[in-house]
Amino acid sequence: MLRHQFEDASQQRESAVLGMWVFLATEIMFFGGLFAAYTAYRYQYGAGFAAASHHLNMLLGAANTAVLLTSSLTMALAVHAAQVGKKPAHIAGLLVLTMLLGCAFLGIKAVEYHDKFVHHLVPGASFVWEGTLTRQAEMFYYLYFAMTGLHAIHMLAGVGVVLVVAILAARGRYTPQYHNPLEITGLYWHFVDIIWVFLFPLLYLIA
Amino acid sequence: MSNHILPIKTYVAVFIALMVLLAATVAINRVSLGELNIVAALSIAVVKTFLVVLFFMHVRYSHRLIWIFVGVGFYWLTILLALSMTDFLSRTWPPLGR
Repeated sequence: MLRHQFEDASQQRESAVLGMWVFLATEIMFFGGLFAAYTAYRYQYGAGFAAASHHLNMLLGAANTAVLLTSSLTMALAVHAAQVGKKPAHIAGLLVLTMLLGCAFLGIKAVEYHDKFVHHLVPGASFVWEGTLTRQAEMFYYLYFAMTGLHAIHMLAGVGVVLVVAILAARGRYTPQYHNPLEITGLYWHFVDIIWVFLFPLLYLIA
Repeated sequence: MSNHILPIKTYVAVFIALMVLLAATVAINRVSLGELNIVAALSIAVVKTFLVVLFFMHVRYSHRLIWIFVGVGFYWLTILLALSMTDFLSRTWPPLGR
């Protein structure tokens, strides 16, 4: 498993982790643009944002946060299982659990999106707003769909990658000496979790 | 080093702390504190981020070079947000209508 350009397994692992963090830094900036747009508009359209935010289901948002935090735990435990040399089925089982929790998150998100379509809260020609500050509320929903949508795409990608890693784990590819793909998949999963940790209060909890 | 293996109980403890912080976020939101609501919610989110990054992502036990890369990532974000806001905070926006 040691590639010829590396001195030893530890250097190979550190390179993989460092490379992943470089990618995550670009991801921070990718989401950062949306967070900056949100900050600027919330500062200017605070009243409209607060009114629009009331139409989001806070309980579903909180439940989804709990689901994601739990999936981060199962992901961390999967990496731990590989580090201490547990059986392939044990590692793969934890990864499948992580994947299922990711799917549960997307399922709850789909229910929420459906509700927004039914209630004409999707920005565009069919946007209907009962109340004042229509344009401000619409801007909130533009940002809501852009931010949660980009996050959901990252979740979809994550579920796909975890599936691949789970199959490889079930074939016994990860050992205490070599489990770099598993480790950096974990980094990605936790990163996507962190994004949601910020999206939840910013979108659902505008008092 | 990144080979450092954390005990399972550390992961479980971090997870419990994250869930307690989630409950705190929701509970604080029920009390009206005005501007302090958003400050409290974001502070809790930052604490959660530290817990996830340091323990779940093993940065606490990683090489110092990793610390720099992680720090730089978030530092750039701060520059993006802070410098953009100096502009928005010091200008008036044209009225939107309705």
